[in-house]
Amino acid sequence: MREAQPSFQYATLVQQEQAAQLGMWTFLATEVLFFGGLILAYCVYRYGYADDFAAAARHTKIVIGTLNTAILLTSSFLVAWAVALVKVGFDRLVAGLLTGAALLGVIFLGLKGYEYREEYREHLVPAVNFAFEAAHARGAELFFMLYFVLTGLHGLHVAIGVVVLLAIAHRARGGAYGRQYHSPVTVAGLYWHFVDLVWIFLFALIYLPGRSSA
Amino acid sequence: MTWYPPRIVALSWGALLGLLALTVFLAYQPLGAFNTVIALIIATTKALIVAAIFMELREHRGLTIAFAAAGFFWLAILLWLAGTDFLTRPQFPPPAIL
Repeated sequence: MREAQPSFQYATLVQQEQAAQLGMWTFLATEVLFFGGLILAYCVYRYGYADDFAAAARHTKIVIGTLNTAILLTSSFLVAWAVALVKVGFDRLVAGLLTGAALLGVIFLGLKGYEYREEYREHLVPAVNFAFEAAHARGAELFFMLYFVLTGLHGLHVAIGVVVLLAIAHRARGGAYGRQYHSPVTVAGLYWHFVDLVWIFLFALIYLPGRSSA
Repeated sequence: MTWYPPRIVALSWGALLGLLALTVFLAYQPLGAFNTVIALIIATTKALIVAAIFMELREHRGLTIAFAAAGFFWLAILLWLAGTDFLTRPQFPPPAIL
């Protein structure tokens, strides 16, 4: 294989990889605040409408939510495995692991879509067909508004991640990465792990409240 | 040069799935206000495992850690300052206007 060279603005490949990683962490910091604003709105209204939020959260699909969490955690594991392997070779296995992670992302989106369909049937979609027991309707509508915005934006991130992982997998299969040059794999991995990290908190905030009461 | 995953990565995966099972189980136990606290502690633990092992932060020092922490630092300020507003209002939420 031809010796990998850094892009012209970098002195070495190590420097190039460090720049790429810092760039991705900077982007992820903006993502933290992007989701953070919505998390803040959630916290404020959960504080204001605690009982309504508990009643609304009981209507979310905990089995699918838990399964989807396990699916994303597993896909993150496959990506972490691929990132560890790409530095020592194993091009085909790296490509396979990244493709597997992307497929798990597609399954996640499929289950999420099924969930949305069930919620539509149960009249839980604000501004479309929302109907809820009168005592908790006010806060519950806010809960489901935040639910659809948060999970929708997260789902968009998953969809983008699937495309990125498949593109990187394709290049890995062609032997584009190796011991010296592999920053696209590590940086795409950082993004995918972050999407997983956001879901970990969404799962705790959306699916778990109100399960032990009433 | 082996093809199987590094031991710590595989162990982290197992730990994450174990914590997921634990948090779902505990969510159904009647613990009052502690249900929320426990759910958030477990979520934070899972997030730290993902950040330290999967995102390889444990292998980094200084600058990368600072960049990774920056977003959460500003998020903490956002939640803190907004909290001082909403948590100290005499009436929140406002009464329903019909």
